[in-house]
Amino acid sequence: MTPFSFARADDAAAAVRMGGAPGAKYLGGGTNLVDLMRETVEQPTSLVDVTGLGDAIEERADGGLLIGAAARNTAVAGHRTVRTRYPALSRAILAGASGQIRNMATMGGNLLQRTRCTYFYDAAARCNKRVPGAGCDAVEGFNRIHAILGASPACVATHPSDMCVALAALDAVVHLQGGAGTRSLPLVDLHRLPGGRPDMETTLEPSELITAVELPALPMAARSTYRKVRDRASYAFALVSVAAALDVAADGTVRDVRLALGGVAHKPWRAAMAEQALRGQPATEASFRAAAEAELADAAPLAHNAFKVELAKRTITAVLAELTGDRA
Amino acid sequence: MTITINGQQVAVPSDPRVSLLDLLREHLHLGGSKKGCNQGACGACTVLADGERILSCLALAVQYEGRSVVSIEGLSPDGSLHPLQHAFIEHDGYQCGYCTPGQICSAVGMAGEAKRGLPSAVTADLAADAVQLTHDELRERMSGNLCRCGAHNGIIAAIADTFGRPAVAEAAE
Ligand SMILES: Cc1cc2nc3c(=O)[nH]c(=O)nc-3n(C[C@H](O)[C@H](O)[C@H](O)COP(=O)(O)OP(=O)(O)OC[C@H]3O[C@@H](n4cnc5c(N)ncnc54)[C@H](O)[C@@H]3O)c2cc1C
Ligand code: SF4
Ligand code: FES
Ligand code: FES
Repeated sequence: MTPFSFARADDAAAAVRMGGAPGAKYLGGGTNLVDLMRETVEQPTSLVDVTGLGDAIEERADGGLLIGAAARNTAVAGHRTVRTRYPALSRAILAGASGQIRNMATMGGNLLQRTRCTYFYDAAARCNKRVPGAGCDAVEGFNRIHAILGASPACVATHPSDMCVALAALDAVVHLQGGAGTRSLPLVDLHRLPGGRPDMETTLEPSELITAVELPALPMAARSTYRKVRDRASYAFALVSVAAALDVAADGTVRDVRLALGGVAHKPWRAAMAEQALRGQPATEASFRAAAEAELADAAPLAHNAFKVELAKRTITAVLAELTGDRA
Repeated sequence: MTITINGQQVAVPSDPRVSLLDLLREHLHLGGSKKGCNQGACGACTVLADGERILSCLALAVQYEGRSVVSIEGLSPDGSLHPLQHAFIEHDGYQCGYCTPGQICSAVGMAGEAKRGLPSAVTADLAADAVQLTHDELRERMSGNLCRCGAHNGIIAAIADTFGRPAVAEAAE
């Protein structure tokens, strides 16, 4: 590990001040950053520990829920309100990593965890994300776990977070604090597609701090879930995952739907086309399948991951059917 | 600047690169916690921080200043065995023993999570208050601890014997 200095931030303003120093990085639970520092993929010269900042989970007057960025993954997944009103979020968090890692990992760190592309981790491989302009060994290499949507010739990596997929489906908003003040933005606008700059993963300003994640009041989210398909039953990253919420009217048509995919793109993928295709349609497997087809129409699989296209379609269809089945 | 380790105050290392695992093993010569992978994938380094199970290989020691860490050496006082350690012996919960300290610390933390009603990925009803530590629940909750010797059946049996039944009984109340 490259040497670095360490400081604990007592409040967000102090964190942003220290985070503005050249070479500084925020440190959450360290479960991703410490690993990447050991591999020398990340080489910060100072770490600003932000785990002492806001970790409260508060119900808001407007019916939403505000989750401090330092809240541990375990605390969020186990929170009563999350379990009953936003079950997809509990399920997504619980589907990720292990009990030990979820106890350490924070909300902020989970959002900004980096890809698990093996070439990104391997200092001997060419990777545009690690070394801009170096080339990408995954495009022609072993790319079974890589993206099928929104990728570019420069990078075909996926975003690995389970939690983010649920947040994308549930219209979450991210609260930020930077040198220029505070702002907020929809979670779906936090991460970027790779384009020509896969090293630029988010729309954050340098040293901008995530302070909280807000879930809007979304009554239909009480009927939401998350399904993750992976190579072993537990403790593995998603090949494909689906977060969905479904509101079916009394006449059996889809009144409203929220749908997002994981494991398929450089960012948590809100399936807006499928949602649009479904609203007003009968809540049947045929409609679900048609919506899935619409979303995956532009899929561009690589040499080893064509299976993800059909897997995504089937998982979308099955998850929506499951949410319909519960209705009786 | 100290960390409490197994009840003793220990100075925080001056180099922030030192992991909690290296502090235990290299600086304090507490060799129970193992360095299986040093990247979060095996669970052999699991310890308890203020009662919660964490991976000491991914923890920078300096981040744990002021906290209380318990490793396998401190799980029960004065060289006596924790009930779960007895159960591991009884159920053949190990072969080479390399993963065992991590398994045991993890299971103790896991039992605390279950007692607090924390659901897992296989919990059918997220709204339920009590957790029933069934075989499937135990396997899922312990999936962050790998065993290369394949002693999982004995491990799960030992944990079920120690923590499974009381939790089921509580749930039935
Ligand atoms: C073996 C293993 C298996 C895993 N399996 C899964 C899985 O199946 N699914 C899954 O979703 N994840 C998985 N993970 C990843 C895990 O979820 C992440 O490592 C974790 O969520 C990161 O959170 P952290 O607080 O530890 O972040 P850190 O490692 O501390 O930080 C990660 C990044 O976030 C930045 N950061 C942290 N907090 C803030 C903030 N408040 N504002 C701005 N930037 C911030 C840091 O600078 C750093 O760049 C796995 C990890 C391991 C090691
Ligand atoms: S896919 Fe992206 S992260 Fe992986 S090697 Fe290519 S540029 Fe790097
Ligand atoms: S040594 Fe820490 S998880 Fe393997
Ligand atoms: S007993 Fe040998 S690794 Fe588990």
